[in-house]
Amino acid sequence: MKIVVTVKQIPDPNGAHKLTADNRMARDGEVVLDPGDEYGIEAALRIKEASGDAEVVLVSMGPAKAADAIRKGLSMGADRAIHVNDDALAGADALTTAQVLAAAIKAESPDLVISGTESTDGSTGMVPPMLAELLGFPQLTFAKNVEVSGNTVKIQRQTDVGYDVVEADTPALITVTAGVGEPRYASLKGIMAARSKEVKKVGLGDLGVTPGKPAEEVLDVVDAEQRKAGEVIEDDGTAVDKIVALLVKVKAV
Amino acid sequence: MAKIWIYAELTGGELAPISLELLAKARALGGEIEAVALGKGAEASAATLGKHGAKKVLACDDEVFDKYLAQPATDTMEALVKANSPDLILFGFTSESREVAGRLSARLGVGQVSSALDVEAAGGGFVAKVPYFGGAKVARMKLNNKPAIVLVRPKSFEAAESGGTAKVEKVTATVGADSKRAKLVERVAEKGEKVKLEDAMIIVSGGRGMQGPENFPLLEALADALGGAVGASRAVVDAGWVPYSMQVGQTGKAVRPNVYIAAGISGAMQHTVGMKGSKVIIAINKDAEAPILKMADLGVVGDALKIVPKLTEAIKAKKGK
Ligand SMILES: Cc1cc2nc3c(=O)[nH]c(=O)nc-3n(C[C@H](O)[C@H](O)[C@H](O)COP(=O)(O)OP(=O)(O)OC[C@H]3O[C@@H](n4cnc5c(N)ncnc54)[C@H](O)[C@@H]3O)c2cc1C
Ligand SMILES: Nc1ncnc2c1ncn2[C@@H]1O[C@H](COP(=O)(O)O)[C@@H](O)[C@H]1O
Repeated sequence: MKIVVTVKQIPDPNGAHKLTADNRMARDGEVVLDPGDEYGIEAALRIKEASGDAEVVLVSMGPAKAADAIRKGLSMGADRAIHVNDDALAGADALTTAQVLAAAIKAESPDLVISGTESTDGSTGMVPPMLAELLGFPQLTFAKNVEVSGNTVKIQRQTDVGYDVVEADTPALITVTAGVGEPRYASLKGIMAARSKEVKKVGLGDLGVTPGKPAEEVLDVVDAEQRKAGEVIEDDGTAVDKIVALLVKVKAV
Repeated sequence: MAKIWIYAELTGGELAPISLELLAKARALGGEIEAVALGKGAEASAATLGKHGAKKVLACDDEVFDKYLAQPATDTMEALVKANSPDLILFGFTSESREVAGRLSARLGVGQVSSALDVEAAGGGFVAKVPYFGGAKVARMKLNNKPAIVLVRPKSFEAAESGGTAKVEKVTATVGADSKRAKLVERVAEKGEKVKLEDAMIIVSGGRGMQGPENFPLLEALADALGGAVGASRAVVDAGWVPYSMQVGQTGKAVRPNVYIAAGISGAMQHTVGMKGSKVIIAINKDAEAPILKMADLGVVGDALKIVPKLTEAIKAKKGK
């Protein structure tokens, strides 16, 4: 079985946020592997361990710096990686990203593709369904549990009231939540091994993809409206009375 | 006149509230307003959709939409879009609708704007507002293609009846041979909420400051006294203290109650984006510098574990009178 995990490198959430001149998120500062994608890698490694015979391939689209995020995934235990890097992809929208990832993944003919539910920086969760569509795969989303037996995948899909059991034959795309299990730390051995694992570098020419006109463009970026600060009090024993008074005033009591 | 479609979301035959919120926005935009309803209960939903401003409902009751995820709905939507050429399609940014929206936008090659807070008509096209940096900033995005596909965050607009009836146009399910693949085998309901979080008028939410799951009953008691529901921050959901269905925020539920009481929640942007539309916010936090205190109508610097039970008693006493 071959499992592709899509991994994205994102600006360090603890770092300062910046915008580029054309109002896209700046990706030139410190970057990290998206924590959401660590769950994807973890899920893939668990399937590999359970089946005994699987290959885990990371696919990432991003600038040269994404190599660090990829290396981290390889240190966790993935077998090899494909890194799509092309200057023409700076500021790519979700559709272009999905088209590029689809082209890179098609060449691998995987049984499973695993993605994060949504990225930590963009967080729109649109790449996975678009990718599933372009690959012609069914999508099993919001999985908090994944089981593979033979060529059937079964997931528990998180819902408002509990979960749905959803099943499909491979090939299929899965998106995973934190429920699949705590991502493992890379061991020293893993870090050493990762140095010699293959990272194939590809450009748009290799994939035969020509990005079209962006489907959407940013006109401007403004500060979000903030709620006005109200009254802040120290609890000197009267806080409860004050809260009750407010609740009465707004007719909640 | 622009033709505006809203994708009505049906779960187990029930119309999701987001569908009516989208109609409120569609009315504000103005145009030829139509809804597409697919799955069990579609035709029956037309009465409600009509009352909220849909002039026509393209409906298909076929249960194929309930049995298989995303693909049958995508196939049918593609056929309907090609036959009717809408200018704008509004979807809810919900786990059910976003799957279909994503696939459809890739199939049509038109892209989309997701997680939008608002949509406006501009220069003969549409512009959507989306949160950036977890909500600190707002970007205005112009959609370049037709149809423009926008996914709107729940609770961005208030649903309201406008009166009227919708014409029902029965449509057939167009489902590709290879589209019955992600099969819904079973729906499992976990511990049911007494009051649904997104419908509650009063919410008492707890975060890591509640110290442990053993203290959540304090919040339940307060919520019970007020007739409200209990919510939570992602930190405590990820820690396994409470189920995901209670999570408020960017990756949880958007809520808009009359009163939101945040106990031991720091007020990270990803949390506040889901509750800042609340009419009144009351926060209890030990740390005078916690961001939640800067947006609360009443902020109390103090120990939630002590204040919450006292508050519950005070409210019970008041109500007992
Ligand atoms: C992509 C992404 C999506 C996210 N989505 C969400 C989301 O949907 N919802 C969400 O909530 N978060 C979300 N987060 C996480 C968010 O950034 C915060 O980490 C989280 O909200 C913090 O939860 P908290 O306030 O409970 O914990 P903390 O930030 O640890 O805050 C605990 C607070 O409790 C106070 N406290 C401690 N003891 C007491 C006491 N005895 N009495 C009173 N106060 C006390 C502390 O002063 C502190 O302010 C997301 C993050 C990312 C990156
Ligand atoms: N540039 C990228 N390279 C690889 N995977 C990506 C990329 N962008 C998005 N993804 C995948 O899609 C998931 C959801 O991202 P998004 O749709 O941007 O919220 C991520 O968790 C990744 O698994």
